[in-house]
Amino acid sequence: MSPIETAETAPEPASKIELPAHIGGGGEIPTFDITLRVRRYNPEVSEDFVWEDYELTMYGTDRVLDALHKIKWEHDGSLSFRRSCAHGVCGSDAMRINGRNRLACKTLLKDLDTKKPITVEAIKGLPVEKDLIVDMEPFFQSYREIMPFLINKGHEPTKERLQSAEERARFDDTTKCILCAACTSSCPVFWTDGQYFGPAAIVNAHRFIFDSRDDAGDMRLEILNDKEGVWRCRTTFNCTEACPRGIQVTQAISEVKQAILSRQV
Amino acid sequence: MQVHKYDVVIVGAGGAGMRAAIESGQRARTAVLTKLYPTRSHTGAAQGGMCAALANVEEDNWEWHTFDTVKGGDYLVDQDAAEIMAKEAINAVLDLEKMGLPFNRTPEGRIDQRRFGGHTRDHGKAPVRRACYAADRTGHMILQTLYQNCVKHNVEFYNEYYVLDMLMVDEEVTVDGVTRIQKRVAGVVSYDLASGELHVFQAKSIIFATGGAGKVFKTTSNAHTLTGDGMGIAFRRGIPLEDMEFFQFHPTGLAGLGILLSEAARGEGAILRNSEGERFMERYAPTIKDLAPRDIVARSMANEVREGRGCGPNKDYVLLDLTHLEPAHIDAKLPDITEFARTYLGVEPYTEPVPVFPTAHYAMGGIPTNVKAEVLQDSDNVIPGLYAAGEVACVSVHGSNRLGTNSLLDINVFGKRAGIAAAEYSLTADFVDLPADPEAYTVELLNHVRTSDGGEKVALIRKELQDTMDANMQVFRTAESLNKVLSDIASFEERYQRITVQDKGKRFNLDLLEAVELGFLLELAKVMTVAALHREESRGGHFREDFPERDDENFMKHSMAYKVAEGANAEHTAGIRLGTKPVVFTRYEPMVRKY
Repeated sequence: MSPIETAETAPEPASKIELPAHIGGGGEIPTFDITLRVRRYNPEVSEDFVWEDYELTMYGTDRVLDALHKIKWEHDGSLSFRRSCAHGVCGSDAMRINGRNRLACKTLLKDLDTKKPITVEAIKGLPVEKDLIVDMEPFFQSYREIMPFLINKGHEPTKERLQSAEERARFDDTTKCILCAACTSSCPVFWTDGQYFGPAAIVNAHRFIFDSRDDAGDMRLEILNDKEGVWRCRTTFNCTEACPRGIQVTQAISEVKQAILSRQV
Repeated sequence: MQVHKYDVVIVGAGGAGMRAAIESGQRARTAVLTKLYPTRSHTGAAQGGMCAALANVEEDNWEWHTFDTVKGGDYLVDQDAAEIMAKEAINAVLDLEKMGLPFNRTPEGRIDQRRFGGHTRDHGKAPVRRACYAADRTGHMILQTLYQNCVKHNVEFYNEYYVLDMLMVDEEVTVDGVTRIQKRVAGVVSYDLASGELHVFQAKSIIFATGGAGKVFKTTSNAHTLTGDGMGIAFRRGIPLEDMEFFQFHPTGLAGLGILLSEAARGEGAILRNSEGERFMERYAPTIKDLAPRDIVARSMANEVREGRGCGPNKDYVLLDLTHLEPAHIDAKLPDITEFARTYLGVEPYTEPVPVFPTAHYAMGGIPTNVKAEVLQDSDNVIPGLYAAGEVACVSVHGSNRLGTNSLLDINVFGKRAGIAAAEYSLTADFVDLPADPEAYTVELLNHVRTSDGGEKVALIRKELQDTMDANMQVFRTAESLNKVLSDIASFEERYQRITVQDKGKRFNLDLLEAVELGFLLELAKVMTVAALHREESRGGHFREDFPERDDENFMKHSMAYKVAEGANAEHTAGIRLGTKPVVFTRYEPMVRKY
């Protein structure tokens, strides 16, 4: 790694600087009108899925989640969706927005084509419970099956296990996963075969397989060598495009495939 | 209604709840009830780090950490608790590493450490590198690692079970000739969001680990789901809430949005500037400048804005400047928060300073506990079998202002203690009999919410509550502003009786859930405000413009807010009686707090 400036080595910043002119200025945040087209479903009322349109006035920094809240809080309280942190780290609000899996809290309305209705529907491949809420149990079941925890057979040191910065960097990308299911539910193989482990489970296996502290890589590779394992992947890259955390999902899957073939981690 | 029986029931599956579950689950039959899937908990949003005096990169020791915690909390910290936390911090970090947490590493392969606000070398001489971290997603990695270990240990989760009530029994006990009421806990009542059914959980031990209540404010770093449910349930059942006037406003929320930008940014060298481009913290904290504790930085920022040196079209924020840092350094150490600035404000932190303003972040107060995480029913007596840990609890290790990173530490140290203590108690204790009709209160609560049809909207009342809290209960407070909040809340409570919930169904009725949550928010906002009104001094996160000095003579004590039963003949403000509890001192005498 090339040396980089740290707080210790960087020069002390100036006590006073000239700010760029535009920092003091800026105008009003623009408002705009949108149509949100939501695929509704409530089996207590009807077994049918229904598209409903909502006309809303929104602001420049608003996200799809803000539009959903506006519907729920001002128009129709029965609209149901999961959300929590509202800034892309808890993984609650993965949904299909204009046909693509995204987090509603991380998708700014102004980045979508607001001239046309914006469609919002539940992620695919998992049973819909109500509106945008799906049953996440099958997803977490696959996750649990790859043994998503560190297994170390050596003696436990009194202090920390040593790991070099390079070894740590080897699996950094896959530690970012927030288990939102955007990848798995964007995968055409998963849509047709619910038994397939799916990208998220493989990403989380990758996180341990390539962790220098872990001793159970072989067991995980054996699990993923199953007929419902990594070989079902058809490398369509949907998962990588869907990942709101920017994880190179397809690459992680191919690294697991390589590891199975070479059995060298 | 279904009844379940467990030795230990844990309410909440964030860091504290899952840390407790890992211990309890290996010792006793344990269930974890959580209104969210565990990995959705807000521990995952914590960014910067978890402090422990590992001394991996420079000289450090737990006594300095204890001192910093006590001084950071403006001497309202219980010093015995702070000492335990700072000592056990070291093993808490090592435990996580052994569980698999991918900490950043030093060139020697040890856990790397960095600077954080208020953490200093040798009692305030200079900032020290004490925060162990995983990029700027330390909380995410803690939450994931704890969940992974819960999977490993087959911890039993009831996901999307929303606990609405705690079942308590009052017993008369006589000790040394003195008769008093002893509370005993029998179980909890929960609402299964998927089905709308009630489930009663009877348990010998119960741990509350439900997190905070940031949604009483408009501008907050907290998740939508952080509505103070655990605190509210305890308060309604006669348990006092301690030090609720102390709420932390984190200096660097994205302006207008409140989304958190970690203090680690300043730990890595970022600085705050006003509209004149001035590094104004040099004036407020000459020694440690931008790395002063959060209450001081937040107040300084608000003061800059008040004095006309704010930035932007409305001059209502200041700037966090990272432009002098190398982009490679920013990418390596602060990838997530710089991404937030790009995504949500369209600002490129490599080249432009980021608009920031204080955001409601953390409740220092909560359910009072001792260092064993046992809940107190008053200043002296514990409730056997009832525990609390994490933000919902007040041990008190944070006093009147929490230092950055000490919350991730708190959940690990006291979550572990709670898990062990709860399991051990359950192995010796008997079940307390459930009261007749254990679900009666909850049925009544839900029926009222579901059937009331006065037309008032939950979202509107909540918005007005958050607006008045931001305007009047934030960084600067006066008796006038606080009384305004109380009169506003009185009208909100009256309107709350006339709310209408549109969704009448049973399945995933989140409309109903939000209405119940608003009830907790109203109750807690009132407790915070009444406690703030009674504390006629300025200390840590609580700043009274009409009483701008710390007053140790009259207020070096914890506040204890009790709900006054209807019709009870007791002195109260808005139905709340305020008592006090002494602060525990061990080695540190209060000093003037300067940085």
